[in-house]
Amino acid sequence: MRISVPAGVVIPMHDRNVEQRLHDFKEVDGGLTADEAKIEAERCLQCKKPLCVKGCPVTIDIPAFVREVASGNFRKAAAVIKEQNMLPAICGRVCPQEVQCEGQCILGLKEKPISIGELERFVADTERAQGLVLPQRKAATGRRVAVVGAGPAGLTAAAELARMGYAVTLFESLHAAGGVLMYGIPAFRLPKEIVKAEIDAVLSLGVELKLNHLVGRSVTVKELLSYDAVFLGTGAGLPYFMGLPGENLPGVYSANEFLTRVNLMHADAFPVSDTPIKRGSRVVVAGGGNVAMDAARVARRLGGKVTLVYRRREEDLPAREEETRRAKEEGIEFVMCANPVKILGDQGITGIECVRMKMCAADQSGRPEPVPVEGSHFTIDADVFIAAIGQGPNPLLISEIPDLRRGKRGNVIVDDQFRTSMRKVFAGGDVATGAATVILAMGAAKSAAHAIDTMLREE
Amino acid sequence: MYSIEKAEQLADKVYQMWVKAPHVAHHAQAGQFVIFRIDEKGERIPLTISAVDGDSFRVIFMTIGKTTTHLAALRAGDSVQDVAGPLGKPSETHRFGTCVLVGGGVGTASLPIIARSLKASGNRVIGIVGARNAGLLILEDEMTKACDELLISTDDGTKGFHGFAADLLKQVMAREQVDAVWIIGPAMMMKVTCEVTRPAGIKTFVSLNPVMVDGTGMCGSCRVIVGGETRFACVDGPEFDAHRVDFNMLMGRLRTYQPEEKESLERYNAHICACRGGDSHA
Ligand SMILES: Cc1cc2nc3c(=O)[nH]c(=O)nc-3n(C[C@H](O)[C@H](O)[C@H](O)COP(=O)(O)OP(=O)(O)OC[C@H]3O[C@@H](n4cnc5c(N)ncnc54)[C@H](O)[C@@H]3O)c2cc1C
Ligand SMILES: Cc1cc2nc3c(=O)[nH]c(=O)nc-3n(C[C@H](O)[C@H](O)[C@H](O)COP(=O)(O)OP(=O)(O)OC[C@H]3O[C@@H](n4cnc5c(N)ncnc54)[C@H](O)[C@@H]3O)c2cc1C
Ligand code: SF4
Ligand code: FES
Repeated sequence: MRISVPAGVVIPMHDRNVEQRLHDFKEVDGGLTADEAKIEAERCLQCKKPLCVKGCPVTIDIPAFVREVASGNFRKAAAVIKEQNMLPAICGRVCPQEVQCEGQCILGLKEKPISIGELERFVADTERAQGLVLPQRKAATGRRVAVVGAGPAGLTAAAELARMGYAVTLFESLHAAGGVLMYGIPAFRLPKEIVKAEIDAVLSLGVELKLNHLVGRSVTVKELLSYDAVFLGTGAGLPYFMGLPGENLPGVYSANEFLTRVNLMHADAFPVSDTPIKRGSRVVVAGGGNVAMDAARVARRLGGKVTLVYRRREEDLPAREEETRRAKEEGIEFVMCANPVKILGDQGITGIECVRMKMCAADQSGRPEPVPVEGSHFTIDADVFIAAIGQGPNPLLISEIPDLRRGKRGNVIVDDQFRTSMRKVFAGGDVATGAATVILAMGAAKSAAHAIDTMLREE
Repeated sequence: MYSIEKAEQLADKVYQMWVKAPHVAHHAQAGQFVIFRIDEKGERIPLTISAVDGDSFRVIFMTIGKTTTHLAALRAGDSVQDVAGPLGKPSETHRFGTCVLVGGGVGTASLPIIARSLKASGNRVIGIVGARNAGLLILEDEMTKACDELLISTDDGTKGFHGFAADLLKQVMAREQVDAVWIIGPAMMMKVTCEVTRPAGIKTFVSLNPVMVDGTGMCGSCRVIVGGETRFACVDGPEFDAHRVDFNMLMGRLRTYQPEEKESLERYNAHICACRGGDSHA
């Protein structure tokens, strides 16, 4: 049955109400029902030259999958997506669609673009509920490939290579696979059962996962290089601090530590779970990206009054719009055009001294440069401070491989085939680009896997 | 899961445990550590690798809070969920000449493996082991074998020299040339003892024990200040030049979770009592 919809009807989002969601870590966005998904898919114009696909870093055939959704062929829709993207339930939730596919969608000019992310998520969730269909594996090639790091890049590379018939060993230093998907992005944006299900799908292809193995220490570089090929997907996990006076007081966290304690170690359930965290009755978060937004929203759920301090203007916030809106709904106070300069306190934190910033001529990033306003210092009361000002590539392993060429920011330099300066060694994801996105990490890993295949077949 | 091969008590509140984990045992070097997570709800806690044999390694720990108390209750045949490692940089055990290794309390656990490594590079090694009383001394036999000479001090004089390990270190420095020193123990003991070697400018290493989470350089919980710079103890250490360490900062940060640690241990002990009570009625 076709569902007829009057032109211009746009399906609303189903965010759980704020009162409820502040008391748990369950997903905020409830997703679409089957009928809603069909109605939304109906709106698609099925463009001959679809702009949305141009906006997609892994060029999913968006009109094709949307068409299948409109006709109720959800499994077929999933198959179309999976040709390009192995982890759709994750991407449907965390990709910045507003600057990718949805940002390009022609309907965005007049009304609202198609909710491509919501549809992708719906299709993936429906498929998972009915039992995932595993892709075919090619015959074993007898060659061994090592993949380092089980974040989105490593998982994607491992899955692609396993499908091509390689014996893949995936090394992960933590006690759980998933990388930032597990320890960084909170469950209310990305439920951990979903991450686990997608990881299980990768492992069921025959990938051997070795947890608790820090490559460079538990596995030597020499042992690593004994594989026929190596993919480095070690991410950008090195947290930057701001160098402020008072930064080492108890109660000062990097966003990585704060988020890891809660997402990976479940400190929100302390003392039932053993890992503690300073809950903080007044929390200040410095930064304006997804990481800052996540840290602020986690702190809010731990019961604190939370203030987010960002040095530029609200319109410059690099976080996804949707997440900024939700953070505001959840009662997080935004202080824009301000920068922390000092953490006050003796045994613990008592407040954060900030300075107002004014916007001057555009800097290298093309945005107006924030400059401190003299004599404009003010103090925000606080007992917990979280620095969410960025992360750099993990130096540990890559600095132990002397022949690996690295850029100024410590990133591994790769060519368009994701080859590094060392034969047999490939790299992709945040370790090559610096902190970026899940989909870019996956796209890079997929191309790298194909380059590895080509290299090994030519040998 | 990693199986516990052997578990026994060494002294009051001090236990040793051999755990089978080939990825750790085959790569471990002096000065490195592991991170244990006992079970799904467990905290990740760092413990120094104090010996290696085949596929297994040994840790020696003191029960001070929830996790170490829980660990001490495990027996051979039990297992721990996760063992990550070896982590941290190995000790710099090249040829110095004469080295003195000073251990305070459970810090002594780190010394035999460093002593053996220093001996292997041709050093003369003198061990100094300090404890509050004779009952708390550990590894006396092993250290006697690993070192050219072993000196013992107890705070109450129940064994060896009556006084502190720092005093014995002064005596050794007065009698012979010392080229490098390791001091491993509680933060306060390291802070005080390294003042003995500072005036003479003797190369001195301490092993720092800040609170850690991942142990891979990803969170910054373990940051310490050495020579005015922020370093991550889990990847840049745990051993650092003693004379450049900001011990006050380290000790301040170690107090971060004191109220939570107390709550956690009390809850665990209450739970254990309740279980034992239940048993006796059965
Ligand atoms: C809080 C937060 C929120 C974010 N939100 C979004 C979002 O909404 N949308 C989006 O697209 N992106 C988001 N990102 C960015 C995104 O998560 C990353 O770009 C992406 O995870 C990069 O993937 P990766 O596989 O390259 O690295 P990671 O996900 O960092 O994975 C690297 C893995 O390698 C392991 N590892 C490192 N070194 C070693 C070693 N020597 N041996 C063994 N294992 C090792 C690490 O433990 C880790 O598991 C967010 C990031 C953070 C921190
Ligand atoms: C590199 C390194 C090597 C270590 N080696 C040994 C060893 O060989 N033997 C030994 O007995 N102890 C060692 N420690 C200390 C040991 O990790 C702590 O005693 C242990 O974590 C305490 O856990 P708990 O739950 O029993 O106590 P808690 O009640 O949680 O804590 C008691 C005290 O232990 C410290 N501590 C707590 N949590 C951590 C953590 N996650 N990481 C580090 N320190 C913490 C704090 O000072 C705290 O006040 C080492 C620490 C480090 C950093
Ligand atoms: S651009 Fe928009 S309307 Fe056109 S095919 Fe893509 S999703 Fe459909
Ligand atoms: S323990 Fe996390 S960086 Fe050292």
